[in-house]
Amino acid sequence: MSGKMTVVEGSYAVAHSVKVCRPNVISAYPITPQTHIVEDLSQFMADGKIPNCEYINVESEFSALSALVGASAAGARTYSSTSSQGLELMHEVLFNASGMRLPIVMTVVNRAVSAPISIWNDHQDSISQRDTGWIQLYAENIQEMSDMTAQSFKIAEDKDVMLPAMVCMDGFILSHVFEPVILLEQELTDEFLPTYDPEHVLDTRNPLSFGTFADPSAYTEFRYLQQKGMDVALGKIEKAAEDFKTIFGRYFGGLIEPYMAEDAEILLMAMGSVVGTIKDVIDKARSQGIKVGLIKVRTFRPFPVEVIRSAVSDAAIVVTLDKNISVGLNEGALFTEVKSCLYNSDINVPVMGFMLGHGGRDIPMSTIQMIIDKAAQAIKSGIKVESEYADLRGELL
Amino acid sequence: MKEIRIHGRGGQGSVTAAELLAVAAFEDGKYSQAFPAFGVERRGAPIMAFTRISEQPIRLRSQIYEPDYVIVQDATLIETVDVASGAKPDGKILINTEFSPDTFDLDTEAEVITIDATRIALDIIGRPIVNTILLGAFAGATGEIKVESIQNAVAQRFPGKVGEKNSQAVLEAYHRMEARQ
Repeated sequence: MSGKMTVVEGSYAVAHSVKVCRPNVISAYPITPQTHIVEDLSQFMADGKIPNCEYINVESEFSALSALVGASAAGARTYSSTSSQGLELMHEVLFNASGMRLPIVMTVVNRAVSAPISIWNDHQDSISQRDTGWIQLYAENIQEMSDMTAQSFKIAEDKDVMLPAMVCMDGFILSHVFEPVILLEQELTDEFLPTYDPEHVLDTRNPLSFGTFADPSAYTEFRYLQQKGMDVALGKIEKAAEDFKTIFGRYFGGLIEPYMAEDAEILLMAMGSVVGTIKDVIDKARSQGIKVGLIKVRTFRPFPVEVIRSAVSDAAIVVTLDKNISVGLNEGALFTEVKSCLYNSDINVPVMGFMLGHGGRDIPMSTIQMIIDKAAQAIKSGIKVESEYADLRGELL
Repeated sequence: MKEIRIHGRGGQGSVTAAELLAVAAFEDGKYSQAFPAFGVERRGAPIMAFTRISEQPIRLRSQIYEPDYVIVQDATLIETVDVASGAKPDGKILINTEFSPDTFDLDTEAEVITIDATRIALDIIGRPIVNTILLGAFAGATGEIKVESIQNAVAQRFPGKVGEKNSQAVLEAYHRMEARQ
């Protein structure tokens, strides 16, 4: 294990990681919903601690990402950070970034979307952007988030990937927590992350066009090749985690991280910080002889279909936990995806879905315990309700 | 693992207190975690902040419902907030007040301890800011943390004269709690 731990705020740790990744252009809109990440980065800039970098303060999130599209096409390593409504305002530009194959890295500090107005955490913001062609990674704690940020530059900028990446951390729960973390060392980061050296850049000496017109004779192939990039990214995400481990000595899993999963009859699946709480509940349940385990999903896009199929094949029941809902389907995204990847496979495991923690509702251990109890009941007598809220307050309805 | 819940009003530095406690515990060689009960910050509104301290890395991310220790920065909160909620029977509730523990009719088996931190703050710092002082009192009343670690965390956070005065006030509160036992 390298490095020395220090107690810092989650947002600071991320800003530090971005700094040592040597970005060339950072652009952000500094008003709500924003976090200390860009505040800390602008302080680093003012202190001259990020050489060869330009920080562009803009008037909206739409402009923030638009500025990075231009900068990335010109060959710069680019970074931004946003949340909730800010991410939704970027929606149109998200497609431009991925369609132009620009490896922009963005921290999404996950927060609920309006209306009603909420500043608190859930995953509705990033999940709503799942089809924009961005890689999506989710972190459990500050160390993983810090490390994953450096990994994401390496994955996104890989010549065979060339796709933008969202690195997602739970708003407040992770962005505002103080805990011990090993801040990335500059020398080790330089060893891990090579200089960005794109094959194609905007250059007046060798004029090229990015994101131009594609008529029906060619459009499909652009989309097809984006998917090919995602397919390659699956392996590159695992490799980046392995390479990181070699240099820094830390590893949080590649596409997924199994916990007590090998002999688990009840297999929970979740993303983000709730995974930590789930692990504590699993330890308790295991001490009472309940065979429960967890698959932490680190990578939501590309969705690791094969890895998940083999991870769940021996379970008696799979239970997904989602901090988002597709209104009209009454399902969280992980539930939908997991069911989808098991259908037409030779794995016949029942899947139950629970939605919880929306709009910042706290997730105590008792909620997880209740989910495990319901799953145990479902093994005995079948699934009664396929997808439901675990923490609905009936008295308010 | 020890769980601490801090009750205060917006502007009293409860979140900073939780953070300093986490820094001090880490300096003592333990793992720690500090976070606020996230709200829309308004000066004077009741708020909560949390600290966990453990020998093992901390994974739990929920709020704290059964605290080992409760710190109350402002005794007038007791009229509207159930500060004793879920407090462990062998736990301690530390209240900033000029009154004695039996003044408060809290529904709890936890030990109620009082300290006039506002007086200490006015005498030593010259302003009624009690958050760091209550951390000194916490160290003295619970023995969970070294007072030197609290002082170091305070000095790092508030360099110069402000830090020195706070550090002095921390020590005063610590000694008063030690003398109590």
